[in-house]
Parts: sequence; structure tokens; C-alpha cells
Amino acid sequence: MKIDRKILQSVASNARLKLSKKEEDELLPQLNEVLEIFSGLNNLKTDGIKPSFQPVEVKNIFREDKVNKCEEDMLQNVKNKEDRYFKGPKAI
Amino acid sequence: MKAKEYVEKVKSREISAVKTTKGILNEIKKINGTYSFFNAISENLALELAERIDKNPKGKLAGLPISIKDDLCVKGVETTCSSNILKGYRPPFNATLVNNLIREGAVIIGKTNQDAFGFGSFNVNTDMGIPKNPVAFCGVSGVSPTYGLVSRYGLIDYANSLDKLGPIAKYVEDLELVLDVIKGYDFKDSTSLKQDIIKEKEVKKVGLIKETLDVDPKIKDIILKKLDEMNVEYEKVLLPKTSKYALPSYYIIAMAEASTNLAKYCGMRYGQEGKVNLPFNESFSEVRTKNFNKEVKRRIILGTFTRMAGYRDAFYLKAMKVRTLVIEEYKDLFKKYDLLVSPTMPIVAPKLSEVNKLKPRDHYMMDVMTVGPNLAGIPHMSVNAGFYDKLPVGIMFTANHLNEKRLFQVGKGL
Repeated sequence: MKIDRKILQSVASNARLKLSKKEEDELLPQLNEVLEIFSGLNNLKTDGIKPSFQPVEVKNIFREDKVNKCEEDMLQNVKNKEDRYFKGPKAI
Repeated sequence: MKAKEYVEKVKSREISAVKTTKGILNEIKKINGTYSFFNAISENLALELAERIDKNPKGKLAGLPISIKDDLCVKGVETTCSSNILKGYRPPFNATLVNNLIREGAVIIGKTNQDAFGFGSFNVNTDMGIPKNPVAFCGVSGVSPTYGLVSRYGLIDYANSLDKLGPIAKYVEDLELVLDVIKGYDFKDSTSLKQDIIKEKEVKKVGLIKETLDVDPKIKDIILKKLDEMNVEYEKVLLPKTSKYALPSYYIIAMAEASTNLAKYCGMRYGQEGKVNLPFNESFSEVRTKNFNKEVKRRIILGTFTRMAGYRDAFYLKAMKVRTLVIEEYKDLFKKYDLLVSPTMPIVAPKLSEVNKLKPRDHYMMDVMTVGPNLAGIPHMSVNAGFYDKLPVGIMFTANHLNEKRLFQVGKGL
């Protein structure tokens, strides 16, 4: 399995990153070298093995769905805000 | 001086926490320009905490100066994870770990430097964080506890199924003291464990991992010599699947999870802000492209690729299945051995010029000893074993889940 320029551009676009032609040229061989290590996993049979999404068994932790007063000022870190809202770029 | 001794002296008012804190802050300021080991010095917070302790010297860590890695939130102190994208971010809250430290009287002196988002093998590290490579390179002690033992609320996530928090200190006794303060169930962390560390601490039999001895013969000799000094029964054991497949499995999981975690940095809510007058995709892309460094971009791209339709089963899911086999392999050995042992790193600390010559794949290979325990979420501790050409060599002990007491038991005897 190899990453070609087309796949790289599509992945970068999905990840909301812009790459210059020079960056693409630099990344392509590096990524494929790492993918080669990743592909080594194919030498180990895992038929019928359950995936471990966590290293220890973790059960869902629930809490009451109660509104608590937020003591902290969550808006203190931004300039782009209006009233009590964060402001972002237009979505539609 | 061991931490416990220092704390006792603060409590009996032989030592003033304010005086110690002022001395440390001055020292940091004097040399930080050259070494940049602190991203932020929390002078006001440190002095306020120290004054409080001098007035009322209480707590298991009374007056103990502790630095926090820059991936943990400290209220009001700039927290950047060493990335430009979080420049200027001052968390409105403390991480649970930081609250626990302060509650027991610790003095938070600042935020230490790291690789951006923890992506790297050669970072300067800290008293708090995920210790492994820097511990060995610096000749100190560090413990990475069982997954879920220490709350990660307030940690800037890298990889959720791998991240753990633990202390770095000079002495193993100090590690035990601090871990006792920071561990425990926290409802704010959905992966927090309700079980505590197991009381059993006896170490009768140790397994020396054969595959990890394929390093510089001098490093191997130092490890073997240390083992002989320990006066404990040991024999060579094999971890064939782990030694071959833990590294790729670890990196696939780490990068896949990191790429989702880093999706939240889009120029809104905190850190660097995007332009609100651009179309939203463009606004997000611009701020991410400008503020993430090369290694972060490389990992986001690899992680996004391994999660994409058509590749997910071959990479991400496969890595999760391999993790199951790695955990089984360790668990099998722990039926017979109380601890496993290996070198912490395959090399001694390299020069910056040598690091710069390495390709990304060479960087990732440096973690070959430590990825297995991290993947399996089992506790491991590195302590200094000796010196090779004046540079420290770390020896690593690994134990079954929640068997930290066994690690401390052998570590204290070294």
C-alpha cells in the first residue's frame, strides 16, 4: 500500500491542512517509509482476535444530566466573541 | 535530599518554602534563556502557594517545588503544549492532577518545555508528564503508572487510549510519594479506574526480555551488572510478538487518535484565532497550516490516512487487534514473573546534530523498548543503571496492571 500525490492531497484536505508542492515532495517518501513499517503488521495473524480499544477494560461512566453553573470564564481566551457566544466563520 | 525529608523540614519550620521557591525561581530565570526548559514560569502562583505553606505547613507535599509539563492545564498560567496554535492560551481551570498536588501543599513553579503535543523522542521533559526517554537520558527516575490510575482531566490529549500521567524525580521514594497524591478515581475522566494499586510488593522472580538486549554491548553490560547487584532470581524471557509488532501498532493508534484530537484546533474558542470573514474550511485550514509544525502535520496526515474509508481495517483496526495479542503476551509472562526488565532506550542521549540527521522512521524506532508497556497500559519505571562514556543509561522495570508497588520495591533498593 502506497500513498501517492493524489491520496496525499485528499488526506491533507480532509485534515484541513494546505501543503505546498515542496512539502508534498518531502512528505511522500517519508510517509511511505513509515507506512512500510505499519504494513509489517500484516505478517501477524489476527483472525478471530477481538480489538482492544483501551488497554484495560473501561466501563461507561455516567453522571446525572444536570445543568451546573459554570464558574469559569470560557470566553476569556478569545477576541472573536459576541455577547456570551464564540464567533466563528460563516458556515452557510 | 529526598522529598519526604524536605517536606518534614518544611513542616518543622527548619526550611522556609518561600525561601526555597525564590531560590529556584531565580535559578530558572538565570539559565532559562540558554536552555529554554521552561515555557512559562508561574512566579505569582508559586510564591502565593509557598506563602500559604509557610503560614500553615500541611500536606504530604508541603512546600515541595514541582514543575508541570506544558500539556497539563494550570489555571491562569499560559499552557501551549509547546505549539504555536495554543500560544496565549490561559486555561480557566486546573487539571485534576494539579488540584491534587496543590491540595497536598505542592508549589507549582512553571510549565516545562516539550515537543509540540508530545510528538517526538528527544524532548526535554519534566516532573509531571509521560516520562520515558528523557528519564533515561537524564539519569533520573520516572514512573508511568497503570492506564486509568491517574486522572487525565485537564491534559491536552495526544492519544486517548495510550496517554498516562506520572512523575519524574531524582529518587524512587519521591515517585511513590507523588503518585500516591495524584492517583485515584475522578468522575471527570471517563477512563478513570475505580480500583487502587495492589498491596503485594514482593519481587521473587524477574524476566529479562531477550529481544531488548540487541543494543550496544556496553548498554547491555550495564543492565546485566545492575541485575546481578539486585540479588534477585532472573532468567531470559521472550516477547516475540511485542518486540516485532508493538511499535507499528503503537504508532498507528497514536497517530490515528492524535489526528482526531488535533481536529479541535481550528482557530476558535482558544489559542490562535482564525479569520471570521473567510469561508469556514478556509479559515480552519489557514490557521492550522500556519501554526502546526512539520512533525505535527506529518502525524495528522498519517493518522487521518489510517482512519480513512478503505484503510481503516488494514491499519487502525488491525493495530487494535495486535494490541490484544501484546496484552496477552505480557499477561502470560506475569503468571510466572513479578517484573520484566529491559534497557529503557537503545542508545544514550544523542547530540542535537545527530538527532537532526535522523529520518522520521528512525525517530519512531527509538521508542522500541517503551511502546510495548504503553500499548498494554501496564506500569513501567525507569531508573539510572550506570553511565556509558559519562552519559546515563536507564534500566526499565515493567509490572502487571496495578502492580506499581513491586516497581517501587526494586527501585528503592537500587
